[in-house]
Amino acid sequence: MATEVKNLKELIAPAAYAECEVWVSKYPAERKRSALMGCLAVAQRENGGWLTNELMDAVADYLEVPHIAAYEVASFYSMYKLKPIGKHLVDVCTNISCMLNGSEELMAHVKNKYGIGHGETTADGRLTVRSVECLGACVGAPMCQVDSRDYHEHLTPEKLDALIAGLE
Amino acid sequence: MVNIEIDGVKLEAEPGSMLIEAADKAGIKIPRFCYHKKLSVAANCRMCLVEVAKAPKALPACATPVNEGMVVFTASERARVAQKSVMEFLLINHPLDCPICDQGGECELQDISVGYGKDVSRFTEGKRAVRDKDIGPLVATDMTRCIHCTRCVRFGTEIAGMREMGATGRGEHMEIGTFIEKSVDSEVSGNIIDLCPVGALTSKPFRFSARAWELNQADSVAPHDCLGTNVHVHQRRSQVMRVVPRENEGINEVWISDRDRFAYEALNGKNRLTQPMLKRDGQWVETDWQTALEHVANSLKAIPAEQLGALVSPNATAEEAYLAAKLMRDLGSNNVDHRLRRADVSTQNAEGLFPALGLAIAELENLDACLLVGSNLRKEVPLAALRLRKATRNGKIAVVNPAEFDFNFKIAEHIVADGLNLAAELAGIAKALVTDPAALAADAAEALANVVPTAAQAHAAELLKAGEKKAVILGHLAQNHPAYGQILGLAQLIASLSGASCGVLTEGANSAGATIAGAVPHRAAGGRSLVKPGLAAKDMLSAGLKAFVLMSVEPELDSADGAAALKALNNAEFVVSLSAFNDGAARDYADVLLPVAAFTETSGSFVNVEGLWQSFAAVVPAKGEARPAWKVLRVLGNLLNLKGYDYVSSEDVAAELKALADSATVHAGSIKLAAVNGAGEGLVRLGEVPLYAADALVRRAPALNKTADAATAVAGLAPALAAQLGVADGDKVRVRQGEAQVELPVNVDDRLPAKTVLVSSQAALGSLFGALSVEKA
Ligand code: SF4
Ligand code: FES
Ligand code: FES
Repeated sequence: MATEVKNLKELIAPAAYAECEVWVSKYPAERKRSALMGCLAVAQRENGGWLTNELMDAVADYLEVPHIAAYEVASFYSMYKLKPIGKHLVDVCTNISCMLNGSEELMAHVKNKYGIGHGETTADGRLTVRSVECLGACVGAPMCQVDSRDYHEHLTPEKLDALIAGLE
Repeated sequence: MVNIEIDGVKLEAEPGSMLIEAADKAGIKIPRFCYHKKLSVAANCRMCLVEVAKAPKALPACATPVNEGMVVFTASERARVAQKSVMEFLLINHPLDCPICDQGGECELQDISVGYGKDVSRFTEGKRAVRDKDIGPLVATDMTRCIHCTRCVRFGTEIAGMREMGATGRGEHMEIGTFIEKSVDSEVSGNIIDLCPVGALTSKPFRFSARAWELNQADSVAPHDCLGTNVHVHQRRSQVMRVVPRENEGINEVWISDRDRFAYEALNGKNRLTQPMLKRDGQWVETDWQTALEHVANSLKAIPAEQLGALVSPNATAEEAYLAAKLMRDLGSNNVDHRLRRADVSTQNAEGLFPALGLAIAELENLDACLLVGSNLRKEVPLAALRLRKATRNGKIAVVNPAEFDFNFKIAEHIVADGLNLAAELAGIAKALVTDPAALAADAAEALANVVPTAAQAHAAELLKAGEKKAVILGHLAQNHPAYGQILGLAQLIASLSGASCGVLTEGANSAGATIAGAVPHRAAGGRSLVKPGLAAKDMLSAGLKAFVLMSVEPELDSADGAAALKALNNAEFVVSLSAFNDGAARDYADVLLPVAAFTETSGSFVNVEGLWQSFAAVVPAKGEARPAWKVLRVLGNLLNLKGYDYVSSEDVAAELKALADSATVHAGSIKLAAVNGAGEGLVRLGEVPLYAADALVRRAPALNKTADAATAVAGLAPALAAQLGVADGDKVRVRQGEAQVELPVNVDDRLPAKTVLVSSQAALGSLFGALSVEKA
């Protein structure tokens, strides 16, 4: 009895599906699975920033790998989220350089002002904050990464507020 | 060969092999957890660190290839420090509660920590705990104990071909499991219990019922499929506690199927027959052996010989089959058969001394090309599927099946024959292989005259043309098919045209032995021909004989036509059932129930599909008054005043049979081919025998019958047929075959072609491969 798994095509927008096709085209046909990370990222973005089991299954089927292979990758990397998160994600680096330059204050400020700690989301669902390890931008410590893409350096609580306020 | 030195011992090692292999060969012990000789090298546990001269650090022996002149120390100060540190590291999170762990006493971690662990831990921090997963009825989990060796994960990927377990999360948060709540469904899943070096994965049915040191181990042979898988039976106080693999590289390597591992549970069930029973005025009464056997002898004597029939289980030992056949023949009847599900015996005289695979089991993995016909291999002979899976590394496999069954390996050409018409597909493949039509025998030329191969058939033929080692293998569905003669003839033609061997993977553990023993109507023991052959199983049942001797079979569930079998038995004047169980339909139709020893309770021999004889001794005594069936048959022979029933042991019986087999002179003949007809218009039943419904023992094994492979009676319909009938999953349909009809829930199954309806063998219906009608209930 085959378990029902939806086709990736049915789950994400055509443009996103086309993006997955691009990922697949980058690797030899018998190494399709190499496109797993790229396709999971696309699927996550399409789903408002997190991956459902259904999406992971669909990506796995699309790339002809066992479902567990998608779960392994998605649970290994912290950039994949397996639970719903806020509309925006702010990852504050709290590793050594950033810590020496005030990242603990930043996290405390976030707790005071927005009422959320590591891994938590504001009640209005707008913001999720995490404390993360070194993002390789120590020269600009303390720093954060917004929505898994943009780096913001030399932060102060005020700069962080401005940054958060500026997110649509 | 490479010269190396380990602990001062000079050794020669295979180039490219790892240090640990060389050490193992020389009997030098290196501790290890993740390394396993049948799995890929993961080198993740680091327990096997050894000192290699000139290397700056200790190296993992499992991942360090041998090199000319290498000097290795496995127990030097440096090696010991490294090994002890790894041990300490592994024990940081591993619970130290061996007294309450099921693995205690047979745990690799426990054993190795005795040698390499400290007696006092330096850690005071809390240990990590991992939530347990429910991965099904066979394997219990205690994931807190997992040391992340990934043997179970690699087994799924590399051996079972079904990756269900994985390592999710990272670092401290890494967990082994299925991630989602899901059962592990592989039919060989139990092997991860043996592979797991700790108590993370243990046997659910066995769990907490005994300690390893209380068990006595005995050698045996598994009684379910034709490979003759070697097992160890573990018993305590005359009760079988579990079954585990016994290594035999030529047969099962180090694995066993779940069926072979867990079927023993049925031995300890409440429904065992422990006392001879007679039916008096419709009531069952217990009696003694003397009374029961005299009653049987008198009843059999009173019935004309040609009205006697014996049905023998293909899982019966060769000794049992031999004596059952001998008894019938001495009574004057050749009506004896073990091929209960076989619907077509037209070619039996052209078949060899015993149904054979045609090559060594171990050779399956070296095939360059294979054509598999009528086989849901994973659910028929699970370990043969593992072997064939290895062949797909270099070889190509084509399949001709009545439905698109799942395989755990890659199929190069998957041909699905609608309406069960396997022969038509084979004719196409044969035609595509013909290069010189003039060289064909007249019957073959005529049979293929109007055949035009399809692209798929031509491709399958193409695959068979390539390569050196090739085989055509017929599975259970082919052998039970009503056109088996034609299928076999065409398969042989394909084999001869392509230079392949042609063979079968039979049902039961001892079809070969039973055939050699003469438990067939057309030949006596050792293949001796008969003046007047008897009736085959199916013909005995349709002829409605007056008396039946049942040797560990339940014909209503084990036959080509269950309804016909039940009818024949109900109508017979006298039925004696030699059985290990006191339940089922036999209580209605039988007149005498004779309790016989089950698997592990009798000595005997199985002959596997290679023709290999494997004898085994009884491990535990039979339950209650039950006796080994060979003894029962011997005494019956004496009571019937027949000559030559003075055996003292089963070895005597085996010796007599072997002498007959050694002087056998059977030669396989050629099968006359006829043109293949198209499939009929109506619906046909695909009567598959579910993995855990194959024989009386496994049908009664509780844990197996809670798995995903448990036999559930459903009507599998192709999507188009379901739509046409206006039914969906779970709806009820009425399925009819002749007079028999049952109501079954629908399972829409896209593996099925349009005219084929999958109704497995345990539905109370007629012919497994007969016409049927389906209507909305
Ligand atoms: S469950 Fe057992 S076999 Fe699997 S990774 Fe853990 S310790 Fe190894
Ligand atoms: S420590 Fe923060 S970016 Fe490196
Ligand atoms: S056995 Fe060598 S690293 Fe595990």
